[in-house]
Amino acid sequence: MKKLRFIEEKIFRIIMPLATSLILLSLVLIIYTIVTKGMASLSWSMITETPKGGFYMGKEGGVLNAIIGSILLACGAVLIAVIISIPIVLYMNVYQRGNTKMMNLVRLCFDVLWGIPSIVYGAFGFTIMLYFGMKTSLLAGIITVSLFILPVIIRTMDEVFKTVPKELLDASYSLGATKFETAFKVVIRYGFSGLMTAILIAFGRGIGDAASVLFTAGYSDSIPTSLNEPVATLPLAIFFQLGTPIPEVKGRAYASALILTIFIMVISIISRYITKRFNRYK
Amino acid sequence: MSDNNFKTHISVQNLNVHYGKNHILKNINIDIPDKKLTAIIGPSGCGKTTLLKSFNRLLDTSQSPMVTGKVVVNGENIFDPKVEITHLRKKMGLLSQRPYPLPMSIYDNVAYGPKIHGLRGKKNIDEIVEHYLRKASLWEEVKDRLHTPAVRLSIGQQQRLCMARGLAVEPDIILGDEPTSALDPHSTQSIEAMFNSLKENYTIIVVTHILRQARRIADYIMFMYMGELIEHGPAEQILDDPKEKMTKEYIQGIIS
Ligand SMILES: Nc1ncnc2c1ncn2[C@@H]1O[C@H](COP(=O)(O)OP(=O)(O)O)[C@@H](O)[C@H]1O
Ligand SMILES: [Mg+2]
Repeated sequence: MKKLRFIEEKIFRIIMPLATSLILLSLVLIIYTIVTKGMASLSWSMITETPKGGFYMGKEGGVLNAIIGSILLACGAVLIAVIISIPIVLYMNVYQRGNTKMMNLVRLCFDVLWGIPSIVYGAFGFTIMLYFGMKTSLLAGIITVSLFILPVIIRTMDEVFKTVPKELLDASYSLGATKFETAFKVVIRYGFSGLMTAILIAFGRGIGDAASVLFTAGYSDSIPTSLNEPVATLPLAIFFQLGTPIPEVKGRAYASALILTIFIMVISIISRYITKRFNRYK
Repeated sequence: MSDNNFKTHISVQNLNVHYGKNHILKNINIDIPDKKLTAIIGPSGCGKTTLLKSFNRLLDTSQSPMVTGKVVVNGENIFDPKVEITHLRKKMGLLSQRPYPLPMSIYDNVAYGPKIHGLRGKKNIDEIVEHYLRKASLWEEVKDRLHTPAVRLSIGQQQRLCMARGLAVEPDIILGDEPTSALDPHSTQSIEAMFNSLKENYTIIVVTHILRQARRIADYIMFMYMGELIEHGPAEQILDDPKEKMTKEYIQGIIS
């Protein structure tokens, strides 16, 4: 019996670093691939110019349209999703705080929504667009992506807001505060790091997704001037460029991937920083 | 204090609380004296917290408590649907077993209550904050770091901050649920001293399971056991000459 436990411990001690290094290795390999294949094509014009004539044949121009498009789309979608999710999460954790059974059912629903592949959101968005007679546009893309990141934001925030102690709510109530005041002045502050983390995770998911924008945001070689115009995105830029046989264009696909990856890395680093900084009131 | 001719502040009449099938408070009747410190003593699980929480209507709604009977404060039954709950709670400060500072600065913790009740103007708020931090004998320790997070204070300082925060909304009644149980002896002493000076102007109700503490601070004592109010009376009488056998056994440490 004692021996078995000893072996257990030993095996686990081998598995742990093994698994960790495997993950680290694949991360390094991914970065290595996009850097070596994309670095050559990563020029100044790549990030400051929109595609010029013959871009898809390997001629001059860049993916500024997709960079700007992705940022507009992700920011718009996050903004809408946050505006919708804050009342939901506060309702779940302040107003319905005691109603654990019902809230766990609601949580399950959001988890299911979280798990639905983004292509399904894309198809759903497309159906809605057809119904309203909308064309592929920035607005349609924003709405679809916001639907797709909504469960992510809600559940990420919820996990933090759930940890607000009952006694803290009571402390606020006992000073004569209403639930509304308690929610917006105490709970939001307590869970501010959660809110920030949720926003950044959702931003990362929104900016990196291709399937949800394929039919809804469309693609365009220019930077949109209104919400009704189609818009390019980095993931689709990668997708289209990788599909050509021309080596220069393929190289640019990797360069675009590199840009997107740097974006997401910066966001993760900022989110770590913010989470640390705003935890100080807890 | 051996006479019973006190003014009543809170009158509890046939109060019953059920959580589901469990009968937690069993027909409680008592008049709680005005501007005195009443200690609620009794073994753990006997319903002290539940009684305290029914006074400011903070019973755990998730367990759908059923409450019958009356608690009359200033001539008004607090369970009357017409009673405005925020107003009721504003009139009763609460100190919990462990301090729960709001997730904001020391200053904002004290300013929170007055602000939600409409106080405006930096100068007014500054004054209020200083006044109540002094009253809770915390001012000297924190005056140079008012805008730092309240959670950085020691537990004892946090509890005094909670006291300042509660006093700042100008309650008539202070409720304390074993407010010193998490504190070091020094902080305990300072909270007790605060109670002793505050009881000239406030009606104070403190749950404690430390008999020596009850002896130090209480004017009036109620002894509860298994959801029932067994005996109540002036502190000396309950502690030195209890009428009920159960009270006697509790005080002698036979039951706990
Ligand atoms: N939220 C609740 N739901 C169900 N039962 C509760 C709840 N709170 C307290 N009780 C029960 O009520 C009884 C009295 O609890 P409490 O008032 O906390 O006692 P005390 O403060 O004297 O230790 C205990 O038996 C406890 O299990
Ligand atoms: Mg208790």
